[in-house]
Amino acid sequence: MTGAKKWAPLVLFILLGSALTYGLAKPESSTIKSKMIGLSVPSFTLPAAIPGRPGLSSADLATGQPHLVNVFGSWCVPCMAEAPQLKQIADAGVPIVGIAVRDKPENLQRFLGRYGNPFRAIGADDSSQVMMALGSSGVPESFVVDGQGRILQQQIGPINPEDVTGIVAAVKGAR
Amino acid sequence: MKRLLLAFALVAAPALADSDLPPAPLANTQLPDPEQEAKAKALMETIRCLVCQGQSIADSDAELAGDMRAMVRERIAAGEKPEAIRAWLVQRYGSWVSYEPPFDRVTWLLWAAPVLFVVIGVLIAHSSFRRRRA
Repeated sequence: MTGAKKWAPLVLFILLGSALTYGLAKPESSTIKSKMIGLSVPSFTLPAAIPGRPGLSSADLATGQPHLVNVFGSWCVPCMAEAPQLKQIADAGVPIVGIAVRDKPENLQRFLGRYGNPFRAIGADDSSQVMMALGSSGVPESFVVDGQGRILQQQIGPINPEDVTGIVAAVKGAR
Repeated sequence: MKRLLLAFALVAAPALADSDLPPAPLANTQLPDPEQEAKAKALMETIRCLVCQGQSIADSDAELAGDMRAMVRERIAAGEKPEAIRAWLVQRYGSWVSYEPPFDRVTWLLWAAPVLFVVIGVLIAHSSFRRRRA
């Protein structure tokens, strides 16, 4: 047997071993990015989640004006943490609409009373169907949608103070 | 103090708390038609839960898994094909969401590996038998 042939199995074994060890040691990412980015918001109609604010439909997102769509719930702790940032974004002139996932009107009222209501419209998504249609896998998530109803950008998890400028720019830069 | 409390709440509360709403009607109720239920069950066993990743939506107790089961049952009851529902989910979450990997650029080796290994085995066996005879 020649030298190369003799060592080939060992080399192969080490290569395979390192590849498998790397695969095991590498922490698996648990965020699931929506594949709907770049596509139109799927058609949906949601009833109003609280009295006094209209519900939300996909048609409302294709009126020529870009929006920030916030998927949230009054029962979700990180949603409380992102409330001040949403207020800042709304104050900067960005229209924000909400999709309230699995929420009760009275809980939602209390939540909005306590943390502020930056939403122009809030649709009630009682069985997460619109959340799934958007390719969202939890709350809070936010989508930048352009005036034609196309999804441009997804924010997974709460909007942190350092994300505000980028999101305002993204919505303002959209058509 | 308020900030500190919020910080504690963020650490203490589970990342995905549960809402107050009861599970969707079809989340834990079988369809009346056993044939449709069997189809729905088979599909649910091969769709990955988005929250407890690693469990199928048939096995998971997460609220979102319940909503996904309800969605599957509603669509099956409305006459939609299981593969169309899977495609709908894959379009949104990628093939990650399905436990049946498709045959594509990334996964061909996964499917081809068994055949490849048999071929390699036959070649090794062939050469070693020949050596012994010689």
